[in-house]
Amino acid sequence: MTSPHPRIRRIPLNAAAVVTVVVCLFPVYWMISTAFKPSRDIQSAEPRLVPYSWTLDHFRRAVQADGFELFWRNSVLVTLGAVLLSLVVALGASFAVARLRWKGRRQFMLLVFVAQMAPWESLIIPVYIISRDTDMLDRLPTLTLVYFMITLPFTIVVLRGFLATIPPELEEAAQVDGCTRTGAFVKVALPLLAPGLMATSLFGFITAWNEFAYANFLIIKQQDNRTLPVWLSSFQNTFGTDWGATMAASTLFALPALVIFLLLQRHVTSGFAAGAVKG
Amino acid sequence: MPAVRERPVPRVHRPPKAPPGRRSGRPPRDLWPYALIAPAIGGMLCLLVHPLVRAVVISLQDFRLRQLISGDAEFVGLRNYRTLLSDPRFWEVTGRTFVFMAVNVTLIMVISTLVALMTERLRRVGRTVVLCSLVLAWAMPVVAATTVFQWLFHSEFGIVNQSLTALGFGSFDRYPWFANGTASFTILVVLIVWQSVPFAAVTLYSALTTVPAELYEAARLDGASGSRVFRSLTFPMLRPIFMLVFSLEVIWTFKAFVQIWVMTRGGPGDATTILPVYAVQTALSSQRYDLGSAASMITVVLMSGVLVLYFRQMFRQEDDPR
Repeated sequence: MTSPHPRIRRIPLNAAAVVTVVVCLFPVYWMISTAFKPSRDIQSAEPRLVPYSWTLDHFRRAVQADGFELFWRNSVLVTLGAVLLSLVVALGASFAVARLRWKGRRQFMLLVFVAQMAPWESLIIPVYIISRDTDMLDRLPTLTLVYFMITLPFTIVVLRGFLATIPPELEEAAQVDGCTRTGAFVKVALPLLAPGLMATSLFGFITAWNEFAYANFLIIKQQDNRTLPVWLSSFQNTFGTDWGATMAASTLFALPALVIFLLLQRHVTSGFAAGAVKG
Repeated sequence: MPAVRERPVPRVHRPPKAPPGRRSGRPPRDLWPYALIAPAIGGMLCLLVHPLVRAVVISLQDFRLRQLISGDAEFVGLRNYRTLLSDPRFWEVTGRTFVFMAVNVTLIMVISTLVALMTERLRRVGRTVVLCSLVLAWAMPVVAATTVFQWLFHSEFGIVNQSLTALGFGSFDRYPWFANGTASFTILVVLIVWQSVPFAAVTLYSALTTVPAELYEAARLDGASGSRVFRSLTFPMLRPIFMLVFSLEVIWTFKAFVQIWVMTRGGPGDATTILPVYAVQTALSSQRYDLGSAASMITVVLMSGVLVLYFRQMFRQEDDPR
């Protein structure tokens, strides 16, 4: 800083930083604090920025609401199924792309990049009709398959990136020592790949966990097969003006994503998730 | 976007034919890569290509509730497209989609560039705090964020109305945001900008950190002003990533479907109906699957223009030996 008054010169900058932080965090904060406020404080003419007294009533009501456990279980099942499936499929594909030489490799990656930008919002109608024709409507495996396809391209791209950072010489050395090619990959590359696999599957988890459109339009009659986002979106219909419980439910729903993002902050800010993780 | 470059695989080529018999029952070496990508290709064919083809077919058929049940739809050529293109409501929706896109993308790009520039100038602690709060806002699930915004803008107990009233804008006392078209549109824009800026800002910021500091010093020694440095140095360096983020944000405008569906379902009236919402409404609420598919296909065609821009930028980025 060449200016004689660096502190004064930095005031606008710091003010802008404070505004950014407040704007980013306020909705999150307001959700959590409303969830903890007693109902009479929520429905008062003078709102308090910091809750006057705390209560867990809203959480109790949200958890005891009809089917909460069921929808939680559905969401976890669908999401885990999709993430595991896409991890296995993507591991094979990214190994082929990063380690083997074959005709059509570039074309395959191009296909993956195109699939990553698939216009899922415009495919709701045909997917609905196809699942209806094949008797897959109202069933959780249908959602698993759709989420698998939504997360797959991103998983391939990122795993290929991670694989490219592991020198193939390591595996070759293991092969010289008598391992098979597969054995060398499993024993040498896979452990090194573990952090990458972890981060990728967490991002896939969030994408599938948050998905709303397909869960909303593919599960219609079997209300027991709904997932959490759909349940949350209809929460006001069930609970009317009970904003405390609604915010408690939102908090419970958002918590996994918030925690995972904070844990992966380094990956997130390095731009690695670009193109895939976006609500 | 991590520009992952293809690494040349230093491997001796195997002789074209592996010794027969040793691996009986398994595909020979040369087929391995294809066996490994087969599940991925299969998934794409069944779950992406098939629906896309089906949508094209339906958009060329007379396909309503009766055909959905009996399954014998007739081909009618381009009739559905003609019906759509002669419908003034469709043009209104298309126009609104572009306005929505332009407003969102402009706000997102301007704000995120400013936030990225600001973050880069901050000291260590401030930078960490800003990045952490950006990441938290980014992590907010769409449905949760939408619900929270409905609560923030609640007519009676919403904090926005109460603050505006307290600041002396008496007209906002119990102002019903979701009953007014323009107001609902504005709230959706605010929500989408709030949700999109973190990604764009973080990506632009990480691109900014790759600009060598010596360049800035040299520019400053030459007496360049702040805006001059931005125009002639920072922005040109930032441009590839800026274009990538820009085209992604344009494409992602259509993802606002979820926010719109949860918050307003396209209403009040038609005030927040954009193309994907229109398509789903036409197909699933009015049972005109043919018209809905046609609208979806028009959306896809509109999008693919931007997509080409995105891919050109991305491959330039990938081939760029940095």
